[in-house]
Amino acid sequence: MKKLNEYFGIVELINGPVVKGSNMASFKVNEMVTVGERELIGEVVSLEGDVATVQVYEETEGLRAGEKITSTGNPLSLNLGPGMLGNMFDGIQRPLKKIQEISEIFIPEGIGLLSIDEDMEWETCITAKEEDFLMPGEVYATVQETLSIVHKIMVPPGVKGKIIEIKPNGKYKLRDTVAVLETQSGEKINLTLMQRWPVRRPRPISKRIPIYKPLVTGQRVIDTFFPLAKGGTVGLPGGFGTGKTVTQHQLAKWSDADIIVYIGCGERGNEMTNVLEEFPALIDPRTNRPLMERTILIANTSNMPVAAREASIYTGITMAEYFRDMGYDVAIMADSTSRWAEALREISGRLEEMPAEEGFPAYLPSRLAQFYERAGCVETLNGEEASVTIIGAVSPPGGDFSEPVTENTKRFVSAFLALDKKLAYARHYPAINYLTSYSAYVTMLEEWYRENVAPDMMELRGKMIRLLQEEEKLNEIVQLVGEDVLPNDQALVLEIARTIKKAFLQQNALHKEDTYVTLKKQYKMLIVINALYENALKCVKIGIPISTIRKEEVFEEVIKMKYDVPNDQVELLDALSEKIVTDYEQLRLKYQ
Amino acid sequence: MRKEYLKLEKVEGPLIVLSNIEDVAYDEMANIKLDNGELRKGKVIKIDGSNVVVQVFEGTAGISTHNVSVKFTGEPLTLPLSKEILGRTFNGIGEPMDGAYQIISQDKYNVNGRPINPVARKYPRDFIQTGVSAIDALMTLIRGQKLPIFSGNGIAHNELAVQIVKQAKIEGATNDNFAVVFGAMGVRHDDASYFMRSFEAAGVLDHVVMYLNLADDPITERISTPRCALTAAEYLAFEHDMHVLVILTDMTSYSEALREISSTRGEVPSRKGYPGYLYSDLSTIYERAGMIKGKEGSITLIPILTMPNDDITHPIPDLTGFITEGQIVLNRELNQKGIYPPIAILPSLSRLMKDGIGADYTRDDHADLANQIFSSYSKVQDVRSLAQIIGEDDLGDIDKLFLKFGRAFEEKFVAQSNFENRSIAETLDLGWKILSILPKSELDRLKPEMIEKYYKGKKE
Repeated sequence: MKKLNEYFGIVELINGPVVKGSNMASFKVNEMVTVGERELIGEVVSLEGDVATVQVYEETEGLRAGEKITSTGNPLSLNLGPGMLGNMFDGIQRPLKKIQEISEIFIPEGIGLLSIDEDMEWETCITAKEEDFLMPGEVYATVQETLSIVHKIMVPPGVKGKIIEIKPNGKYKLRDTVAVLETQSGEKINLTLMQRWPVRRPRPISKRIPIYKPLVTGQRVIDTFFPLAKGGTVGLPGGFGTGKTVTQHQLAKWSDADIIVYIGCGERGNEMTNVLEEFPALIDPRTNRPLMERTILIANTSNMPVAAREASIYTGITMAEYFRDMGYDVAIMADSTSRWAEALREISGRLEEMPAEEGFPAYLPSRLAQFYERAGCVETLNGEEASVTIIGAVSPPGGDFSEPVTENTKRFVSAFLALDKKLAYARHYPAINYLTSYSAYVTMLEEWYRENVAPDMMELRGKMIRLLQEEEKLNEIVQLVGEDVLPNDQALVLEIARTIKKAFLQQNALHKEDTYVTLKKQYKMLIVINALYENALKCVKIGIPISTIRKEEVFEEVIKMKYDVPNDQVELLDALSEKIVTDYEQLRLKYQ
Repeated sequence: MRKEYLKLEKVEGPLIVLSNIEDVAYDEMANIKLDNGELRKGKVIKIDGSNVVVQVFEGTAGISTHNVSVKFTGEPLTLPLSKEILGRTFNGIGEPMDGAYQIISQDKYNVNGRPINPVARKYPRDFIQTGVSAIDALMTLIRGQKLPIFSGNGIAHNELAVQIVKQAKIEGATNDNFAVVFGAMGVRHDDASYFMRSFEAAGVLDHVVMYLNLADDPITERISTPRCALTAAEYLAFEHDMHVLVILTDMTSYSEALREISSTRGEVPSRKGYPGYLYSDLSTIYERAGMIKGKEGSITLIPILTMPNDDITHPIPDLTGFITEGQIVLNRELNQKGIYPPIAILPSLSRLMKDGIGADYTRDDHADLANQIFSSYSKVQDVRSLAQIIGEDDLGDIDKLFLKFGRAFEEKFVAQSNFENRSIAETLDLGWKILSILPKSELDRLKPEMIEKYYKGKKE
C-alpha cells in the first residue's frame, strides 16, 4: 500500500451511485467529498471502521478502484444570496444555464461544484450603520433582486455583534465584504451578500405561530372546498394522467405566495422546459410582473443521477426557508415526492440495508415527517411573520393509495387532494375527488373566510358538499333502476350536483377567464348555484316536472358563467341570481 | 499492452466474477475470448476491491472458469456512427447483422448517453399527422414527443406502429432528412420480419436503421439494444439535423431482462420482483426523446409494450406512464369486436397535445371537440352499464342517443383500415358528424359559436 495523506480515501467498491472507500476514518457523516480523478461530487452516508459509504451525485461510469476520495470538510451546503430567483438549478444547486455554457446539450459529469453567479454585481442598499448591534437574522442590506422581490441580506443564524465597519450603498459582488461585525468575544466576522447553510438542517426560527390565513390559489375546488393554508402541508396524490403536474403548475402560477420554489424531482425534462418557456410570459396578477421573477426552479429529471434526486428536496426546502427568514410567504411544490422516496429506496437497496414495506427503507416515514415538518407559519428570528407551505405530489403506483408513500404522506399532511382516474378519464379537470379529499384547515380558516370573503361562505360550501354526497348515494340507485324513476326532488339533486361539477368544480386551466378565479367570484358563483337550487326546488314542490325546469335558459347560463363573467365584473353574477329568481317565478305562475 | 486474465472466480447466469484485477473502470467493456476462438463482449457492472463482476452480452453458455481469456478495453460500450447506418441492420450491441461491412468512423458515441439539460431543450409543439383519426384528434402526436403504445399479446400494435411510420407527416421533414430507428427487444422472428417487409413495401427501408435483439437472443444484449438505437437516433437528429421516429418494441421484454439480471446479481427486489431502479432505468431510455434549441432535428419516440395480463397497473406500463408524455392504450374488447385500431380512448392521453393543436397548428375547434368527445364517450360507458341492468328499451331517449353515438364513434371514427390515411380536417369533420347524433343541449364542452359553425345535427 502506498502511504496516504489522511484527507484522502481510496475507492474500493463501485455499485452504481454507491461507492465505498477505505482509509476514511477522519471523514464525517454527511460531509461532501469529491470522488476520483474527475472529481465527482458525493456525500458520505455512513462510516464503519475506516470504510465510508459515499453516494455520488454524478454518473460513476469510468470510475476505477484505487482512485482518490477527497474531503471538502463541509456538509452538503448551499450558497444563499441574490441570484436565485428566475433561475433553474439541478439537485445540488448547480445552475443549469451555466452547465449549458460548459456542455451544449447534455449534462456531463465532473464539472465540479458550481453555484449562484459570484461575478454579478448587485446594486446594494446598506440599511445598517456603524455601532449598530445586530442579532441573528437581522437585515443589514437589501438588493432589489427582481422588480417584484427585494432580497434582504441577513446576519446568518448564530452570529451577533456590533458593526465596526460598513460600506456605503453601491454595487457589490456576492463575496464582497459589506460589513464587519465584532462579536462579544472580540472575534471579527466579515458579512458579505451571501451565507452558506447545510441543506439537511432546518434553519432556525424564533417561534411557530398558529395557522390562520389561507393560501389563495384561484382554483375553485381548492379555495372553496379544500382550502390550503399559508404554512400548511398538502399531499397531492394521483396515478399517471390524472393531472398532478398541471395542478402543481396552476398552484405555482396563481397561488398568492411571495416566492415559489418548484422542484421537478424525477419528472419529465420537457415539463421543466415548459415552465421555463411559459412562466416568463405569465403575469402575476398581484404585482403585474412576470411570474418567473418570484420563481426558483430545481430540476432533477428522471434520467439525471438518482442520488441528486434525493438531495433536490432538501435543496429546495432550504432555499424556501431562506426566503421565509426575510419575512416572505413561500410555497414549495415538490413534484413528485414518490420519486424522492424511490431514490431513497434505490440507494438503500445498493447499501444492502434491510428493506421494510415494498422494498422501501424503514426510515421512509421519519424522512417524510422531517421534510413536511419544515413547513410552518412562523415568527422569524427578525420578528417578522412568514411561512413555508409544502405541496407534495405523490405518484402512487397503479393509482393505489394504500402504498407506503401515500399512506405515510397522509400521516404528515393536513390537506389531502386526491386526484381521481375516473374523473380524469371523463376530462373533469382538475380531477380532484370531491368526496375523498379533505382539508383540516377548514376550521382554522373559517374566521378568515368569514371576515374577508363572506359570513356564509363556509355554510354554502357545506351545503354544496352535502348535495354532492347525496348525489353519490342516489347514483347507486340510478345505476340499478335508471334516472327516470326517481322522484322529482331527488332528480333535482342530481341536476344540481351535475351543475356544481360542471359550473364550479371543473375549471379550465387553458381558458383566459377561468384559469384563475378570485375568492369573490367563487363566492358569488356559489350564491348563483344556491339560488338555482332553491328556486328550482320551489318549482318541484308545486309539481313542475324536472325536464321543464331543466329547459330554462338560466340553467345553461349558470353552466357557462365561469367563462362569461370576468373576475372584475362579478356584479354580472348578482344579475344572474336575480334572473334565476324571476324566471322561475314566472314558471311557477304559468303552472299555478 | 493490456493484461489478459485467464481465470474466473465464478460463472453465474449471464455474470462472471474475476478476482485480482487491477485498473478496471466501472461500466468498462471487456473482450472475452473462449478457447474455441469465439469472441464475446462483457461489461463491468460492479467493482469490489480487486473483484470485478462482468455481465457477458452473449450469455455464458460454454464458459468455464478457465477456458477463457478476458481483456478489458479501457472504454465503455461505444458505437462508431456515420450516415452509412441508414438502411442497415445491427444486433443489440451495434454489430452488423446483415452480413455487410462494419461501420468505420472517427465519431464514437457512448451508448449510455447523458441526460439532456432541460435548459437546452426546445418544448415540442409541432403536430404530426398520423392519418389515424383516434390519434390525431384525441391524443395528438407531437414532434419530439415520447408516446408509448400500451398493448396486450395478440393485439394489433405492430400494424398500428407500421401505419404510423408509413403515414406520419412530420413538419419540416423531407425525403432527405427523415429517418426511422427501429429497436426490437425480445420480439419474435415473424414480428421482426413483418416490420422489415412493411418498411420495404412502404419504400422507406433506405431510411431505416434497425437494432434487433430477437426472442432467442441473449438477454444481456437486450439491455443495450434500446440504448444503441437511441444513440443512433441522437446522432442523426442532433449531428445531422434529421427528424427521427424511433420505434422500440417490446419494452416488457426489456424490463423482464432487467429483472432477470437484477435477480442474478442478488439485488433487493421491489414490486413484482422488478428492481427498485426500474423507473430510473426506463427514464434513461424514454427521456432521450425530444428537441434541442438551435438544432433542426428531432427524436419522436414510440415505445411499444405489452401489458402483462392486460393490466395497466402492472409496474411496466405504470412506470412508463409516469415518464412518457401520455399513452395510446389498446383494448382487447375492441380488438375482439374487429375494430382496428383498437384504441381505448378514455385511458389514452397526449400530454403535449394542448400546445400543439388549435388554430395555429390544426384547427380552431380541435381542443374543444376533443374534450367534448372524451366527455360524451365517458357518458356512453355509464349508459352502457345501465343498459346492461335495465335493458336498452327502458332507457330514456337521450340515453338511447348516447348508445347510438357510442356505436357510431367506435365503428366509424376509431375504426379505419390500415391503408386509410385521413387528413386532420377529415378527422375533425367526421368527429363533428358523429357528435351531431347528440342534441346540442348535451354538448356542454363546446362554445356556442363552435356549435354554430360546425354542428351538423338537426336544429332544435
